[in-house]
Amino acid sequence: MGADKGAGLIELENVAYSYGGGELLSDISLQLQPGSFHFLTGPSGAGKTTLLKLCYGALLPTAGDVRLFGTDVRGMERDDIALSRRRIGVVHQDCQFLDHLSVSENIALPLMVSGRDLLAEAANLKELTNWVGLTSRAEARPPELSGGERQRAALARAVIMSPDVVLADEPTGNVDWEMSQRLLRLLVELNRMGKTIMIATHDLALIRAAKAHVQARVLRISNRHLQLAGADL
Amino acid sequence: MTIDIAKLSELVVGDTQADRVVPPTGFTARLTLFSAAAMAFLAVFALALSLATGRLAARWGDELARSSTIRISAPEGQLAAQTDAALKLLETTRGVASARALDADEQRALLEPWFGPDLPVDSLPIPQLIEVIEDNEGFDPQGLRLRLSAEVPGAVLDDHTRWRRPLAEAAGRLRLLGWVSLLLIGGATAAMITLAANAALAANAQVITVLRLVGARDVYIARAFVRRFTLRALGGAAVGMVLGCAAILLLPSAQTEGGFLTGLGFQGWHWIWPLIIPPLAAAVAFAATRAAAIRTLKDMP
Repeated sequence: MGADKGAGLIELENVAYSYGGGELLSDISLQLQPGSFHFLTGPSGAGKTTLLKLCYGALLPTAGDVRLFGTDVRGMERDDIALSRRRIGVVHQDCQFLDHLSVSENIALPLMVSGRDLLAEAANLKELTNWVGLTSRAEARPPELSGGERQRAALARAVIMSPDVVLADEPTGNVDWEMSQRLLRLLVELNRMGKTIMIATHDLALIRAAKAHVQARVLRISNRHLQLAGADL
Repeated sequence: MTIDIAKLSELVVGDTQADRVVPPTGFTARLTLFSAAAMAFLAVFALALSLATGRLAARWGDELARSSTIRISAPEGQLAAQTDAALKLLETTRGVASARALDADEQRALLEPWFGPDLPVDSLPIPQLIEVIEDNEGFDPQGLRLRLSAEVPGAVLDDHTRWRRPLAEAAGRLRLLGWVSLLLIGGATAAMITLAANAALAANAQVITVLRLVGARDVYIARAFVRRFTLRALGGAAVGMVLGCAAILLLPSAQTEGGFLTGLGFQGWHWIWPLIIPPLAAAVAFAATRAAAIRTLKDMP
């Protein structure tokens, strides 16, 4: 499911993942190359979220190899994995915000934990908040946001460190069609800036809409294995 | 052991951005503050007990070891002669710095606590007491007893060993008890702060997950908790220490009649000792929270 070994930013080679005695993913090989755009689809419970977690080191494979930026995750210290996550922006379906911080502070969280000076990054933060259309909501708390606003804030947080890769798990799961198109446009725009994108979704209409704007590979998890989706998509 | 000033100042001054990422937890904050204050208060008393018993043991050891008493019981008419003979014998005894017979007023003062102020000492057959002060080398009590039995038959030497030893031992044990109490207080403080830190870490599991997701290193997450608990312990212990010292100041001052209990407190430069309690509590909190945080974080993805 990719090119030469070592060419991808994130590489999975013959990866299997078992949980609770059963194998959830089997013999998965995948390369996310710079600037590529991937959709990951499959039925609920197929293992899309698990595969994404393997891609950013939140889970370790039970068999096979996962390489983040050329380094095998098994050989990485916890801190190394943390540092590699600064190069991977993740958008969760449930967004995962810190509710005691404002939207603006949540977006700036990756900057805070990496020790960046927020004052120096203020213009960047403002521009990004504006890009996702949340300028007027910057001082609100996450629970005060609508589903679409939360997803856009999560996307802004995922890209504020200018990561090489953006992984999004059902980013349009809780929003209406119009908002999902808006989010898609943002992700396509990021891809045009050279970012590698992988979106896990079961929304086939979203995938079809995206294919009009971007050359995307569509991967499907079926019966524990990863395969290229057919021409119907 | 070297102290990294930069790291120490970083811990005290902190990172206001990093402090914001962990939400304030009122319950554990109050628990830590109260525990640290209570333990520091108790630690002041344990310290005062240790130091006071140390002084007491030293005083008893010094004063009693350097003085002895000769009691002369003789029929009326021989008492003065035997007293003179004993004094002359003591003048030639090696290790005796000075010796003097107590006068009637001094003997009355010694008996007054038991018999009252109107005791007719002159008309009672009370033995004559001789106070013997040793020099640095000290005398040989067995040799002196033999000479006294030969030359002053009514004389009995009491070198205080009989009752000095158990008193000194009791004081030593009390001092040890004080230090053991301090150790227990330190251990209990560490245990309570560990529990509070664990509660805070468990309550903030979601926060930690989010921080890990956005690339926070374990040391960053741990520091946010460690700094908070260390400063709380420092503040709480400072309050407890001040209250403990105030309570010590309110105790009756040392008096001869009051004996040991009125001497419980700090004297002179010993007042510096309580100042060590808050930084020590902070160090205990630092170590306990850091260990708890690192242990918890290792179990998280």
